[in-house]
Amino acid sequence: MTGLRDSGLRNRRAVPLGAVPRESVDEFRRTVIEAVQDGWRLAAMFGMPHDDEAVLLTAVLADDARGELGATTTVVRERYPALTPDCPQAHAFEREIAEQCAVRPDGHPWLKPLRRHLPDHRPPARGDVVLDPAHHPFFRVEGAEVHEVAVGPVHAGIIEPGHFRFQAHGEDVLFLEIMLGYQHRGVERLLETAPRERAVHVAESIAGDTVIGHAGAACGAYEALARCRKTPRAQAIRGIALELERIANHVGDLGAIAGDVAFQPAAAAFGALRGECLNMLMTLSGNRTGRGLIRPGGVLWDLTDDMARELRARLERLREELELAASTMFGSASVQARLEGVGVVSAVKVAELGFVGPVARASEVPRDVRHDHPYGIFRFAHVPMTTAWAGDVHARTLVRWHEVRRSIEFAIEQLGALPRGNTMTACGALRPDELVVAMQEGWRGELVHVVVTGGRGEVRRHKVVDASFHNWAALALAMPGNQISDFPLCNKSFNLSYAGHDL
Amino acid sequence: MTGHTDWRALVAVAMVLLIAPAIPGIATKTKSVLTGRRGAPVLQGYRDLAKLVRKGRVYSDVSTWVFRAGPVVVVASLVLALLMLPLDGRSAPLHFAGDVVAFAGALALGRFALVLSGLDTGSSFEGMGASREVTIASFAEPVLFLCFAALVLATGHLSLNGAVGPAIGAAWPRDTASLVLVALALFVLLLAENARVPVDDPATHLELTMVHEVIVLDHSGPDLALVLYGSALKLTLFAALLVCVVVPRAALRAWTAPVAVAAGVAVVAVLVGVVESAMARLRLTRVPQLIVGAGALALFGIILLLR
Repeated sequence: MTGLRDSGLRNRRAVPLGAVPRESVDEFRRTVIEAVQDGWRLAAMFGMPHDDEAVLLTAVLADDARGELGATTTVVRERYPALTPDCPQAHAFEREIAEQCAVRPDGHPWLKPLRRHLPDHRPPARGDVVLDPAHHPFFRVEGAEVHEVAVGPVHAGIIEPGHFRFQAHGEDVLFLEIMLGYQHRGVERLLETAPRERAVHVAESIAGDTVIGHAGAACGAYEALARCRKTPRAQAIRGIALELERIANHVGDLGAIAGDVAFQPAAAAFGALRGECLNMLMTLSGNRTGRGLIRPGGVLWDLTDDMARELRARLERLREELELAASTMFGSASVQARLEGVGVVSAVKVAELGFVGPVARASEVPRDVRHDHPYGIFRFAHVPMTTAWAGDVHARTLVRWHEVRRSIEFAIEQLGALPRGNTMTACGALRPDELVVAMQEGWRGELVHVVVTGGRGEVRRHKVVDASFHNWAALALAMPGNQISDFPLCNKSFNLSYAGHDL
Repeated sequence: MTGHTDWRALVAVAMVLLIAPAIPGIATKTKSVLTGRRGAPVLQGYRDLAKLVRKGRVYSDVSTWVFRAGPVVVVASLVLALLMLPLDGRSAPLHFAGDVVAFAGALALGRFALVLSGLDTGSSFEGMGASREVTIASFAEPVLFLCFAALVLATGHLSLNGAVGPAIGAAWPRDTASLVLVALALFVLLLAENARVPVDDPATHLELTMVHEVIVLDHSGPDLALVLYGSALKLTLFAALLVCVVVPRAALRAWTAPVAVAAGVAVVAVLVGVVESAMARLRLTRVPQLIVGAGALALFGIILLLR
């Protein structure tokens, strides 16, 4: 683990590229594998062209207990020994690297395309494709009575496209493989090539329900690279916006979970209240999705005292109505019986595969960027972390509900004590040859934006890791042993983003 | 076999056939109002049918006549079963000793045709739905027979014509406890057989959790209209059976008896809506327990009659 701590990397603190260790492939492997065994977590791993032939691999690791980050790099050519057999957290990252950079991780147990696109981050002189997008065989369970059920990419409801392949024995699910990539838009490439003014719009569109989350992380990276300090008022407004986004989405999920178990009273109440949450976001940003609020240097719109007072009153009212709806839902024996014991994700799996957000917290793995790697307003105002222990659908539902309560508490408190001052400071040019990791606790969990600048301060690489990137594997692991008829409910309790994964 | 059928009995049957599409509408409306929403109009069912019969059909290349015959057989078998109910409280248009078995047989035939038409498409979803439908039916059918056994014991008639017709009035004061248990069992059966909460969710769009809806995913146009009409008719039929048990109509005038049945059916639909807005759906593995529970109620009814 030599040098992992030495770079001084923290959430939103840029370091010169020179401070990040460059190791041989074997050392790199050892560093990452040993760090993960020591309790570090692989937050991001990606490749970018090093020269015409070679690829620079970077691994970003997080030590949640100490609030520290670490990074290490290595240079590889056509192939390198995969980390996945010794470090399962690298599973999806290495498939992504193979697909994006045309580098083969030898010994990867399930090397197939992740999003089915051609390499867009390979070294210029390399013309080969390591993973053929058209070739993606599914895992099969053999047996006379085993049957396959294929669902999607077109679904019965108005949701995003994804393909689910079940190996089932009657109603029992033996295995689930999830194939995504239908929403791939080349987000990382766009973020790297677009002018900075437009790049923020791209960041806002990574996942339509995590606008504040991704824009905040992207701007956090730019601000750190430009050494731009936001005013306390801007930080407070960003924090309030982030929590409003969390409240709106969690409330929507609570309603959707109630709808999936056909519990109409809660489904109707939460569905209606989600609208009110979105309306509050509109008061703040001018639209219900939160677009156009967060820009490098602060926030575009200020809150007047009247608006802050009005928002507080609306949040108080919302809290009362939500308490009523939640007591109907959690007080109903039939709902509880339906949610408990379904789709269990064990704490061991969370630790092994590095799941994040409410999924991890529902399995009693305390993991929350606001708490572990505090930034902005969260350095001064703490939102208590919510955990549950069962790891099932009920636990994930409960965690969402308690997070809603605590976020409302936080927003009311902040609205009552908004610091004075401007909301915008100028954000100048980015420093050249630096690396920054900006993490943010979106409502689905950890969002990581890693930005590496080149010699002229241009963005050389902008890596995005949505919480869904980690957590789709959790859904696939939660299903075996459950009934196939429980899948929609289980899926809803994770409510992962297709767009956020597909980029 | 039918003897001298009163033509008014046929009018009663025609009336039930006519009001059937409104019955699921009443249940849905009740659910909407109780959960604070406006909901679709009660008569939406008629509009949907009118829309669907004007549309074209789409058939998959791999489906055969079995798929096309399904919806027709479903509706025909339900009409056959309906003919055996003494709606006016006097006589059914079709009755003979032992027609309780024929009634259950007609229901089974309809289900068989529906399941086959689902399997005929070769879709994994529909196969899954078919397997669930048959599993639930294999629990529900014995319960229906237990209910009939209790009714036969209470009234001494082997035909529905007597068992839920004129004789039921005399049985109520004598065997109140048994008949209440039978009525409860029939209500649970109604929920299970008609894919309502807590057994199935008629409003869901999630193909992996559906029971009834998933079997008919491939039906379109007039075929789908027949399937939807069949679902509505089945709900109405079960509600009518329940009303025939609970409301003795022999003393009513020949014209008011069918109206009483229609009103009773509407009340049952409201009850279904109340149940749907009060509880969540059961896990699929728990459904047999619910139905077996209903069977236990009916069995207690029989035991009480054997004193």
